[in-house]
Amino acid sequence: MKAPDFNYQRPASLSAALQLLHDNDQDAQLLAGGQSLMPMLHLRIAQPDMLIDLNRIDELATIDAGDAHIEIGSMVRYAQLEASEQIKTCLPLICSALPHIAHSAIRNRGTIGGSAALADPAAEMPALLIASNASINLVSTKASRVVSADDFFTGLYETALQPGEIIKSISIPKPGNNSVFGFYEITRRHGDYAMAGVAISAQQQSPLHKMRVVFFGVAEKPLRAHNCEQALENGTANDSGAIDLAIKSLEQLPLMGDQHTGVDSKRHLAGVALKRALQELH
Amino acid sequence: MANKNAPLHLFDRPNSYIGQSVPRPEAHNLLAGRGQYVDDLQLPRMLHAAFLRSPYAHADILTIDTTAAADSAGVVAVYSGADFADQVTPWVGELTHLTGLRSPPQMPLAIDTATWQGEPVAMVVASSRALAEDACALIDVQYQPREAVCDPVAALLPESPVIHSEYKNNLAWERDVTAGDVEPAFADPANTVVEQVLRFGRHTGVTLEPRSSVVEFNPAEQTLTYHYSGQAPHMMQAVLAKHMQLPEENIRIIARDVGGSFGIKIHTYGDDIATALAARLLARPVKFIADRLESFASDIHARDHHIKARLAVTSDGTIAALQMYDYTGIGPYSMYPRTSAIECNQILNLTGAPYKIENYHANGKVVFQNKNMMCQYRAVGHPVAMAVADSLLEQAAREIKMDVVEIRRRNLIEDNAYPVVSATGMKFADLSHQQALERLVELMQYEKLRKQQSTANENSIRTGIGLVSMVEVTNPSPMFYGIGGAPISAQDGATVRMDAAGALHVSCSITEQGQGTNTIIAQVAAGVFGVDIKRVKVTTGDTATTPYGGGTWASRGAGIGGEAVLLAADALKQQVLEVAAIVLQSNADSLDISQGNVIDKSDSAQRMSLDELGKLVYYRGSELPAEVQPEFVATRHFRVSDFPFVFTNGAMAAQVEVDTDTGIVKVLDFWVVEDCGRVINPKLVDEQIRGGVVQGIGGALFEECLYSDDGQLLNATMADYLVPMAGEMPDIHIAHIETPTSTSTLGAKGAGEAGTGGAPAAILNAINDALAPLGASIHTMPATPERILQALGEVPT
Ligand SMILES: Cc1cc2nc3c(=O)[nH]c(=O)nc-3n(C[C@H](O)[C@H](O)[C@H](O)COP(=O)(O)OP(=O)(O)OC[C@H]3O[C@@H](n4cnc5c(N)ncnc54)[C@H](O)[C@@H]3O)c2cc1C
Repeated sequence: MKAPDFNYQRPASLSAALQLLHDNDQDAQLLAGGQSLMPMLHLRIAQPDMLIDLNRIDELATIDAGDAHIEIGSMVRYAQLEASEQIKTCLPLICSALPHIAHSAIRNRGTIGGSAALADPAAEMPALLIASNASINLVSTKASRVVSADDFFTGLYETALQPGEIIKSISIPKPGNNSVFGFYEITRRHGDYAMAGVAISAQQQSPLHKMRVVFFGVAEKPLRAHNCEQALENGTANDSGAIDLAIKSLEQLPLMGDQHTGVDSKRHLAGVALKRALQELH
Repeated sequence: MANKNAPLHLFDRPNSYIGQSVPRPEAHNLLAGRGQYVDDLQLPRMLHAAFLRSPYAHADILTIDTTAAADSAGVVAVYSGADFADQVTPWVGELTHLTGLRSPPQMPLAIDTATWQGEPVAMVVASSRALAEDACALIDVQYQPREAVCDPVAALLPESPVIHSEYKNNLAWERDVTAGDVEPAFADPANTVVEQVLRFGRHTGVTLEPRSSVVEFNPAEQTLTYHYSGQAPHMMQAVLAKHMQLPEENIRIIARDVGGSFGIKIHTYGDDIATALAARLLARPVKFIADRLESFASDIHARDHHIKARLAVTSDGTIAALQMYDYTGIGPYSMYPRTSAIECNQILNLTGAPYKIENYHANGKVVFQNKNMMCQYRAVGHPVAMAVADSLLEQAAREIKMDVVEIRRRNLIEDNAYPVVSATGMKFADLSHQQALERLVELMQYEKLRKQQSTANENSIRTGIGLVSMVEVTNPSPMFYGIGGAPISAQDGATVRMDAAGALHVSCSITEQGQGTNTIIAQVAAGVFGVDIKRVKVTTGDTATTPYGGGTWASRGAGIGGEAVLLAADALKQQVLEVAAIVLQSNADSLDISQGNVIDKSDSAQRMSLDELGKLVYYRGSELPAEVQPEFVATRHFRVSDFPFVFTNGAMAAQVEVDTDTGIVKVLDFWVVEDCGRVINPKLVDEQIRGGVVQGIGGALFEECLYSDDGQLLNATMADYLVPMAGEMPDIHIAHIETPTSTSTLGAKGAGEAGTGGAPAAILNAINDALAPLGASIHTMPATPERILQALGEVPT
């Protein structure tokens, strides 16, 4: 299929983009890496009157390491994250998950902001952001605000993003020295969206403390599993009793099946992913 | 060392390329981005078509309002089914030799009732595809949805709605095959009986280049040129002529580069025919390129079988009887002109075909349903037939505690038994099942793998090994389609001519859709005639410039077209030698052609170059005696006449790893031993086999067109429909046995479908070998993680 006609604007600055968005809010859509939006345009699922292309806004494409946070511009592409020494040293969780996101051709274009804004329930990045306790920095012509990743992903392809707002950047706190991470996803083919996956962070390994366990690909949005975290808190990653309890707690989660994998299988696979991620916690 | 003075054998001459991995000249062109696909055509005044398709699997069409669409920007015409009613005669997917097969007449666009989700209902022709799609969205169709009939077994129950009111039920065709008597064998308490319900989901071809048509009509000449991405130009010519009521000779079909076909592009699709009708009505070229969404929704699907089968073996592993019941859902119509009953027919013919089976009973029911149409796709019926027989055989082996190789040794038809006729009436000749199996055992180091297997299982990982012995139908004779009344040629022709520079020009009726047909043609022509392969130019895929013939499908291109080329090149060579003999005052019998030169047969001494001879004949004919009028062109045709089909055989094996926690199957290794007769180009044959195996793995593990209970196709994008990807594919090791077919000089059988036909059974067997110690098994393809978890009892069904 072919996209319907639309106007196309390619502003060179964030403020120009915000103004365009403000002036055309009901009918405009932002274009980042296009890896999700272009297919949606061609399938005529998205039919904006105007496309505001963010690809020439350099101020959105930087990675800045502060003392406590790393701030990643919304237009930073996965490939850029993969190549970044700062990400490698400071954000091992994100770093270990990047190769699992699609294929390198897509990672060359796809952006962190696009993935966050899209909020695909099977995407890795939203879960990683929650597990990393990230915050999303939003701007509009009128104001700017910060929304924690915990609150940002509200439903199936739904976020806290309001009309007129653009994701400017994403701030991820630098983890402490004792922090450990785990990531595991189950896919049928390399690069596919996960049938089930989990991203884990903990502020210390033994005993496990202040965990974040976030599942993706199993529900309408990335799911932080508080009961699961509680079951594991103060135990060790190979404490089979605690793991069994943690897996049992998945029964309470509001999971959702897809066309290939029903909800029972999702629950089972979420448990498998959790077990394996815990085994590889580091 | 051969006797230097002995005449050179056909396949052993300096220019013989037979048996050599000659690189494909056209590959350069494609890699350089110089391929010429239908969508590359930009004709003056060309328009673009888009189709509005039924959103319902089954619905009455109450009204179609096209006013708003007609007023939309760029729109030149909007058609509904009624607009074409007097422009085309309906087509009917029946063949007389499939006795009893019935299917209602079909028209390009649905009229009154839509019978599958994706059926074209209206057409817009506009100045661009995007504008045509804009207008499609403005067509207002009022539907009255009806209950959709989806499951082929339920479709035959008395309470099922009937899709076609002219019939009393949804049965399109039924065949029953009986040989011997199966009942005593199943009743004998000394025999072991295994029984299974097997399901084969729908999958489709997913060609890189989608179905594409650009049609031009010249009203002054009443000629129609159809630029087609496909594999049977002469069939398309006949179909268009008949139903558009034009003289056949007024229709030219041109297929240039074709980006894959796999059987998808060999049928009559309403949208393609509508494109031709619009081109005639508007007297302007019209382009229709199916997009990926409509490819999934309207390219034929394959398989869709629901099979109940059982096998009885004696205590020493001898097959005592095989019985099966096949229900196959074909969509609302039988596809035209090949029909949708062939796959079921093949399954009844081929199940258990490698083995000595005296008692066989099979019943096949071909059933209408409200899904996209099902028809011939690579390895028609084979993966189903092989999986049924070989999965039951391996299951029986496990039950009587016999090795799966051993049970095959006991049942395969002996290599020295040919010709033989199978229980199903198939005539087999020149096969090598025993040799293939032994070669496979050696190639894969079977014993060693088995020993490793017992220690390889750790944690949730289980390894399994599965085999298959198989036959493949290739090089079909007119018995396949022609005798049933289809306008499908079983013979092919080749014209070979020599130009003034001594180069060869071959035109041939088989087609190139990416597999290297043109290379094979050049190899045969160059070798038989005696020139360097660089001096051979090949034309295929144009009804105006090639001899009449069937095209490339059913693994017939090299075997039938190749033989026609061989005969034509040899005939041309005799002509050239006769003229050379006059010029050289020699005797044609004592001359030969080698590397572009006329030589003495006895000592290979060069006498004159073909370039010299060509120039003499074409420019200075006055030097020849008056009565000598050289033609330097020869045409020969070939069809298989001694047998209905030339069967090939092979043996394959897979080693897999099943993760019993996730249900994910990883194919670790794959081996193929194939006997496709004479191997003309090992690299091309190997790549055909590898590609085929990959498609077979696709069907076994990944690919499935998923439908909701009410007939909605759920996964019509590449994100949701999983094709096999390189990352998940194993190494595929290939070995050959060459038992040339005695039906031709070339001796080549087909190889294009073997991998697809055999791989699914080997994969299924390997999975079940891995699961057997856990008391689980799976008989549904694709074997998805969820289905495997269900088989293991990890999740509820
Ligand atoms: C074959 C294939 C496989 C893939 N596999 C995976 C996978 O395994 N895992 C995975 O996570 N993803 C996968 N993706 C999706 C890919 O990661 C996308 O790139 C990503 O989801 C969206 O990022 P983008 O930059 O391409 O955004 P776009 O497609 O350009 O935009 C997506 C949406 O976000 C909005 N948007 C973009 N930027 C902003 C912003 N700064 N502020 C507000 N809104 C914005 C857009 O308006 C649009 O609605 C796959 C894609 C393809 C084509």
